[in-house]
Amino acid sequence: MASLSRDDVAHVAHLARLGLTEAELGRLEGELNHILDQYGRLTELDTDAIAPTAQTIELENILRDDVVAPSLSQAAALANAAAARDGFIVVSAVLDRGD
Amino acid sequence: MASDPTDLTRRYAHELADGLRSGAFSAREVTDAHLAAAERDNRGLHAWLTIDASTARRQADAADQTLAAARSEGPAALAALPALLGLPVALKDLVSVEGGQCTAGSRILEGYHAPYDAHITERLRASGAVLLGKTNMDEFAMGSSTEHSAFGPTSNPWDLDRVPGGSSGGSAAAVAAFNAPFGIGTDTGGSIRQPAGLCGIVGMKPTYGRVSRYGIVAFASSLDQIGPFARDSRDAAALLHAVAGRDERDSTSAPMPVPDSLLGLAASDDAAAGALRGKRLGLPREYFVAGMEPGVEARVREAVAALETAGAIVEEVSLPHTEYGLATYYIVAPAEASANLARYDGIRYGPGRRDGDTLANVLATRGEGFGAEVKRRIMLGTYALSAGYYDAFYLKAQKVRTLIKADFDRLWADGFDALVAPTSPTVAFRFGARLADPVAMYLSDACTLPVNMAGLPGVSIPCGLSEGLPVGLQLIGAPWTEAELFGLARGYEAITADAPWRSVEPAQLAQAADPAGPTPAERAAGLAA
Amino acid sequence: MTAAAPAASTALERYEAVIGIEIHCQLRTASKMFCSCSNAYDGAPPNSHTCPVCLGLPGALPTINRAAVEGVIATGIAIGATTPAATRWDRKNYFYPDLPKGYQISQYDLPLAAHGRLAVETSAGPFVVGIQRAHLEEDTAKLIHGSDADGRRTSLIDFNRSGAPLMEIVTEPSIRTAEQARRYAEELQLLLRTIGVSGADMERGQMRVEANVSLRPRGTEPFGTRVEVKNMNSFRSVERAIAFEIQRQAVALDAGEVLTQDTRGWDDNRGVTYVMRSKEDSHDYRYFPEPDLPPLRVAPEWIEAVRAGLPELPAARRARYVDALGLSAYDAGVIAGQPDLTTAFEAIRAAGPGLSPKEVANFVTGDYGRALNESAERGPAGLVGRTSAPELADLLGRVERGELSRTNAREVFASHAATGETAAAIVEEKGFHQISDSSALGATIEAVLAANPAAITDHRAGKPALGFLVGQVMKATRGQANAELAGKLLRERLDGAGDGPA
Repeated sequence: MASLSRDDVAHVAHLARLGLTEAELGRLEGELNHILDQYGRLTELDTDAIAPTAQTIELENILRDDVVAPSLSQAAALANAAAARDGFIVVSAVLDRGD
Repeated sequence: MASDPTDLTRRYAHELADGLRSGAFSAREVTDAHLAAAERDNRGLHAWLTIDASTARRQADAADQTLAAARSEGPAALAALPALLGLPVALKDLVSVEGGQCTAGSRILEGYHAPYDAHITERLRASGAVLLGKTNMDEFAMGSSTEHSAFGPTSNPWDLDRVPGGSSGGSAAAVAAFNAPFGIGTDTGGSIRQPAGLCGIVGMKPTYGRVSRYGIVAFASSLDQIGPFARDSRDAAALLHAVAGRDERDSTSAPMPVPDSLLGLAASDDAAAGALRGKRLGLPREYFVAGMEPGVEARVREAVAALETAGAIVEEVSLPHTEYGLATYYIVAPAEASANLARYDGIRYGPGRRDGDTLANVLATRGEGFGAEVKRRIMLGTYALSAGYYDAFYLKAQKVRTLIKADFDRLWADGFDALVAPTSPTVAFRFGARLADPVAMYLSDACTLPVNMAGLPGVSIPCGLSEGLPVGLQLIGAPWTEAELFGLARGYEAITADAPWRSVEPAQLAQAADPAGPTPAERAAGLAA
Repeated sequence: MTAAAPAASTALERYEAVIGIEIHCQLRTASKMFCSCSNAYDGAPPNSHTCPVCLGLPGALPTINRAAVEGVIATGIAIGATTPAATRWDRKNYFYPDLPKGYQISQYDLPLAAHGRLAVETSAGPFVVGIQRAHLEEDTAKLIHGSDADGRRTSLIDFNRSGAPLMEIVTEPSIRTAEQARRYAEELQLLLRTIGVSGADMERGQMRVEANVSLRPRGTEPFGTRVEVKNMNSFRSVERAIAFEIQRQAVALDAGEVLTQDTRGWDDNRGVTYVMRSKEDSHDYRYFPEPDLPPLRVAPEWIEAVRAGLPELPAARRARYVDALGLSAYDAGVIAGQPDLTTAFEAIRAAGPGLSPKEVANFVTGDYGRALNESAERGPAGLVGRTSAPELADLLGRVERGELSRTNAREVFASHAATGETAAAIVEEKGFHQISDSSALGATIEAVLAANPAAITDHRAGKPALGFLVGQVMKATRGQANAELAGKLLRERLDGAGDGPA
């Protein structure tokens, strides 16, 4: 199965927005490849005709009526934020667009 | 240490409920006894992350008022009281309690106070339970030993150098150590059943959809279930009854009636044992895996023999895709987790970094806030979903999941009432024994995670000791058969009521209470050295 | 950069534009998409319409708003799309401070509506826009960029919009001109407003239009490098931005430049597009089925129930106005094109079935339309001011029967709209009774002729004086004369039908 290079590990870390140290990247390269090796055995199984299972519960059309319920107060919404001003949550300048 | 017969912490919850109704003792006394035990043991066991004594006492006092009013009204009023009135409960620290801290065992949620109650918190309040506090856990429920808690490990009361299992190790240790008569855990791949087995108590993962996940910090949404810990099956069933049922805020919570039989498990041993007669039980051969400790296998096979003696029909069966369960699980669960944990960016809550631009802050917040195991799983899951790998990993795993589920479905169609298996291949292991090799740690859940993959109910009950440490017996049922599983568990309790191991208390409770003894973190560090 | 106009005109002859339009519409529901917070947050204090779900708090779970689902099903029906029997939700994973969960719940490969179309009229004739899909998702929070007291650049986040229901409608790349793109957006807005699923106000961000524009040499098949254009906040800017982008690309291609797959913004003041971000690496959204939500199974009965609740659609309405009611294509387009006019036209016709449709159309597009522009007040039935359909029908009936002059009718309408009083009461109060009796007008006409000999001379010399004389008659009767009758009598009197009153 696929084997991850150091660059692959760094790319995945960026996708996941994990700021990792060089040491962590190095360790993860080894660990992830070790774990991926275990995944290899799945290729033994022929699953071409098998439907995927995303959920085990056989529910469908669980819908809510369009009725308004009370919201949190502004104070409660902001209470856990590290920085808030004038009712807004504040972050530093946004420079990147998420991918 | 011989236990004090007047010690309220040694009573089962159903005994406490009787005494509260009769007025033999008060809810305040029950709560105070458990708070004292929890506070006394928390240095040596570290089962608790938060003990909220003042709130618990307030709830106990309210329960006492309700009890007094009902007693003056008469037997009908007493009978109508909510089932858990005045009974203390330990909550895993991923259950939202309005105004309370909820860390999920992670630095990234340190200081976060939930502005709302989880569904089960509401249900517990409505049932009159006393919320003692929040228990330790592997960070975001990722782990099998509670060593991955950001706030230090928890010790197993049977051997303080060993893990209680995980991820719900704090709740399991608290119940095993008589800090609470029962507790709440969550189980994504075995996180209730495995610590229940390793701590010698009862723990159930209900059918997926049985208990609302609303307000429970998510790990893997299609696998997570909430369930009870207790020291016997009657108590566990009563706690499940209190929290189960449809919740319109969790779209995956099933509109299935919750059977009242959960509250009516046979009190008499004869009746409970009699219910085993004619039950058809499957013994999946794949669950007796390589690496299983002989003592564990021996206890499980003895338990199976006892069930047969009591009239159950046991047949060896095959779940042929079991060997693929681990790989499948370690794709599906991390993939879902990688999305579920994307919200922890330090912006709306949690200790976020603020010194750089937003991207740098998010990278630093997550890089510093998550522990090694969580990062490992986020990386695995992100990779399994990423462009070019989705089909080979995630989609493939979802298809193998279909095969794993079909293995079980065939047995239910064949008419089996339940399957009997070990809960864990080993007894509790020492701190650090599996930290170096993630795959070795993942193997702890080989017997439990297929049950999550298939969405089935499973319960672990104690079935004896191996080398002085508890062994868990796992009963697995068809969807929505929790009451039947508890009936079997109760039957097994009845036929082993007089077994000598039943009267053995966790061996190192006294050391745990030693105010000068080492903490679990110190023990772990000592073992690592 | 600015495009050199002469080069562009020749370049355009060599290239064909391939345009696809993506439109995000906020659905007009009471509550949000996946939680019960009020969707009416416009103008509310920041972060006052949030809950654990739309803030992405630990443990929160989504629940599906039925009305939003039915809004997309309704849209699908209106654009002739198919709704697959089974659809589901997917997580679209990306990080941005306005996306609280770190993923957006959306629909990836099984949208609620697929393969639709919308016909539009353009200056070059009718054109059918192919629509690939319409799906449901949740909106993001609102980011306001600024700086703090120390001059550090910061962004402020308001989560009120977070989780609002959003429908994304994506066309096939079948559009070829900027005008077609604008007309498509306009027609879609009308459609969404007609079926009531969205306010679709571009200025208020209820409808956000993005265009994918690429060029290819005429007569060739492969698509060129695609550029995404955003920040078009009006229909006019949609047309201008796309026209600019086509020219820019044509000139660049002619100059041998290699285009890059950028996202560009439209600067309405400067009339140019500019690079917002370049496509450094392609997005990897890591879509996977949303495990927190069971799939949707849209049974035919459900679709039929939604269909039964739909009003007449604009295209059918225009056709009916022309074919069955005899309106001009122009009037039909104007009335069907503005929901306020449609409402009034249909209500007055319902209250006065005997009225001439053309008379009602003239009134609605004339006096009534002006009143709509002058007053923001709308009654419960959606009519302007305090007007009511039966009174308006009564008013038009009086005109049609010749009991009330058009001049007086205008005054009665104004008074009715302001006070809500009945037409009958206003007519009575003001003493408006049209004089439609020749003998009653005779004396007035004689008096007007006597007072205006110069006009008589002019008329007889072939100069246009008749209108002036009719005006004098109207003035003398305080507007109550039947103007048509007065004209007829004046003509008879002046053109030698006799020397005196008949």
